[in-house]
Amino acid sequence: MTEYLLILVSTVLVNNIVMVKILGLCPFMGVSKKLEAAIGMGAATTFVLTLGSGASYLIEHYLLGPDLAYLTTLSFIVVIAGIVQFTEMAVKKTSPELYQILGIYLPLITTNCAVLGIPLLNVQAKHDFMQSLLFGFGGAMGFTLVMILFAGIRERLEGADVPGIFKGSAIAMVTAGLMSLSFMGFSGLVK
Amino acid sequence: MNLQEYKDIFHNGMWKQNTGVVQLLGMCPILAVSSSVVNGVSLGLATAVVMALSGAAVAPIRNFVPNEIRIPVFILIIAVLVTVVQYLMNAYMYGLYVVLGIFIPLIVTNCIVLARVEAFASKNSATTSAWDGFSMGLGLTAVLAVLGGMREIFGHGTLLSGIDLALGEATKNWVIHVIPNYKGFLLAILPPGAFIGLGMLIAGKNWLGLRAERKAKQRPLPMTPLQGATQG
Repeated sequence: MTEYLLILVSTVLVNNIVMVKILGLCPFMGVSKKLEAAIGMGAATTFVLTLGSGASYLIEHYLLGPDLAYLTTLSFIVVIAGIVQFTEMAVKKTSPELYQILGIYLPLITTNCAVLGIPLLNVQAKHDFMQSLLFGFGGAMGFTLVMILFAGIRERLEGADVPGIFKGSAIAMVTAGLMSLSFMGFSGLVK
Repeated sequence: MNLQEYKDIFHNGMWKQNTGVVQLLGMCPILAVSSSVVNGVSLGLATAVVMALSGAAVAPIRNFVPNEIRIPVFILIIAVLVTVVQYLMNAYMYGLYVVLGIFIPLIVTNCIVLARVEAFASKNSATTSAWDGFSMGLGLTAVLAVLGGMREIFGHGTLLSGIDLALGEATKNWVIHVIPNYKGFLLAILPPGAFIGLGMLIAGKNWLGLRAERKAKQRPLPMTPLQGATQG
């Protein structure tokens, strides 16, 4: 149990997928202008990433093995695309408003590098099924946390008096840098 | 297809629509592997090759793929090409392959690759698409080179460290020590340095753009006196 808890703390804070591992930046920059959209994107990603990590472990372990290792990337992306399609249909049915907000970004979860990156990291680190699942879930929670924090900051940033050339994405990048700096403070929390 | 169009596409990829500082697509590799020039440029070139190949591969079949399933088909094509590049790097540049790690397979999910295939290759001929993909990839490589150079100089005081991983043992003494006896500045190498560095680059590009605009305004229009006369 302690081990699982440590994995969660480690993936959410210490090795935060966006701020420390630098994955999943396209949605991080693209969908973080509004708080609701950020929450929605975080929730959708959490769902896809957790399922994707579990499914890709099963595929890697039982279907591919070392002989077919060259199919890893290909089969992972197919599974993820399938799960994304499924999520899209689910969101469309259950919440049309959310579907409106997420718009083009929902299909783009497929090209969120975190969603492919975590299954690949799982393979690299030789995680077992439970670890893979938690790694995916924790990574996604870390992603959601950062999305929400950043969306909050960006809403304030809208009204701030920023020097002309830094307006827009430049100041957002610098802000993300300062956020990342504060996440560096968690290093050493879990050994 | 004339020369001018090829030039326009190239200019678009390198400067006007630069993926790194204007479109802000495909930022994960930009930020993650730009800790040194060599890492950045090698991943940038790998991406450029994948983009050129995927443009050339998608364009000829664009009319045969049903619209509803085009994205999955495109992604699968890209994934195959990336796997090929990955195994080639594993075979011929093993040191670099280890350093770049999961960022090579992650070219599949680099948004810029799919974005160009979807926006350009699905509407244009194979040669133009390949050229467009390659130009975009080169633009990405340029940003990676500049950002990698900045971070490497500030972080380690060197340039081109690790070049022997890419080009073999013989090039080991190519490493330039820009600042001798530099103690190192960890922040530039860590992820925050990447974010702040890219922020600075974007601001720099904005500044250059603004300056060019202002210069264009200052240039007097040749017809102004005549226009004034007709109105008066």
